Amino acid sequence: MTGTPVPKSPSPPPPPPPARPKPEPVKRHHWIVRLTHWLTFVVLAGMIMSGLQIYTAYARFGERDGPSYVNAFEGHGFPRWSRLGGWLAGGLNWHFALMWPLIAGGVVYLSYLVVSGEWRSLLFRPRDIRGAIEMQKYYLRLRKDHPPQGKHNPLQKLAYTFIILLGVLSVLTGFAIYKPTQFSWLTALFGGFQAARYWHFWAVWIFTGFLIVHVILVFVVDPASLRAMISGWYRGRFPSHD
Amino acid sequence: MVAACGWDGGNAVRPLLLDVSRLNDWVGEKILFSQHRLAPEYDIAERATHLPSYFISPMMPMLRDPAAWRLQVGGLVRQPLTLSIDDLQAMPRTTYTVKHHCVEGWSAIATWQGVALSAVAERCGMLPQARYVRFDSFDSGYSNGWDLASAMHPQTILAYGMNDNPLPASHGAPLRLYSPTKLGYKMTKYLVSVTFTAERPGGYWEDQGYPWFAGV
Repeated sequence: MTGTPVPKSPSPPPPPPPARPKPEPVKRHHWIVRLTHWLTFVVLAGMIMSGLQIYTAYARFGERDGPSYVNAFEGHGFPRWSRLGGWLAGGLNWHFALMWPLIAGGVVYLSYLVVSGEWRSLLFRPRDIRGAIEMQKYYLRLRKDHPPQGKHNPLQKLAYTFIILLGVLSVLTGFAIYKPTQFSWLTALFGGFQAARYWHFWAVWIFTGFLIVHVILVFVVDPASLRAMISGWYRGRFPSHD
Repeated sequence: MVAACGWDGGNAVRPLLLDVSRLNDWVGEKILFSQHRLAPEYDIAERATHLPSYFISPMMPMLRDPAAWRLQVGGLVRQPLTLSIDDLQAMPRTTYTVKHHCVEGWSAIATWQGVALSAVAERCGMLPQARYVRFDSFDSGYSNGWDLASAMHPQTILAYGMNDNPLPASHGAPLRLYSPTKLGYKMTKYLVSVTFTAERPGGYWEDQGYPWFAGV
């Protein structure tokens, strides 16, 4: 049993830690979603810019001789670089041409959500309230672990549901301004012609605010989601999918 | 996009935008407009005390001899007419208090008195070939062209009164076109003639790119 001592061989190097598995690419966005996303981005930019041109022609809200609505931009024009159309007629023609692809894109997108059933992962419903609070706690660092989520977390659902509703509201207030006599019931629903103009204008600033927050969150939290909106494939940190 | 500052589309895109505007004219006239849908009327108490007035001449257009003024009604009609203000006032009167919508975005309520254009069309025996109406003024050649359906709408009038007074010079005396179904620039002031046509007439602002149908 007592054999010659075996010379102690140097212990073999520890095996290298297993390479972190590359996240499996997940198919995230159907081409219809990607197409309508970027179409809406370009067209909405044109709608806002031509809208600012139109606003410049009468930069206040309220009946002639009547009180003005609260408006930080009352009496102010917008810089030339932010306007599209050159003059009122040009702004109107851009606005009334771009409204077609804007509405068409919206209808195609919403139809896709319904037909594919994907509305389930996007529409914020009462059952998402609890999850939204947990998500908010996580962002406020009141809880350490990221709550489990599906394709979108409840706060994202809230944001996307809200922005779709804002899009619908913009189209409806737009109709109310475009044909206040033919759609007088709709115009009355928004509180009259000047009130409809006012809400239509407010939508611009909510869209703009959404755009800023949306882009910041993409780059700060999940840059891979930008590639996913272009190629359709997601390779990022939040691959969960439902 | 940055180079597009204030861009009206240039020679490449502007014609395309105008084509879409024609499409919108068609949708506005054939789908959204109804000859039977009346614009809402308002209470006299809601009237604006001041309605902005526009003309394109360097000075407010005024007749040298108002008594000599006549409206010429012609074109595709059986019986061309020459009408004085008294002739027009002797016809059935339409009065309404409605909201005026300007293309710039302002709106104001006023009362208008006049004779329905459809009554004039009946009196002159408009022919079935008539599809459009051309309105001419003595305001430096300002004119407008209308589709027949809008022109025959019951609220489309030749107005000689405003807010219970004779139409003031600032608003187109002695006679102007009025309708709560159109934007303000379609309502020709300082009228001299009404012509029924088969071809679509242009207009002062319309020829410069403003929407032709301009229904509200």
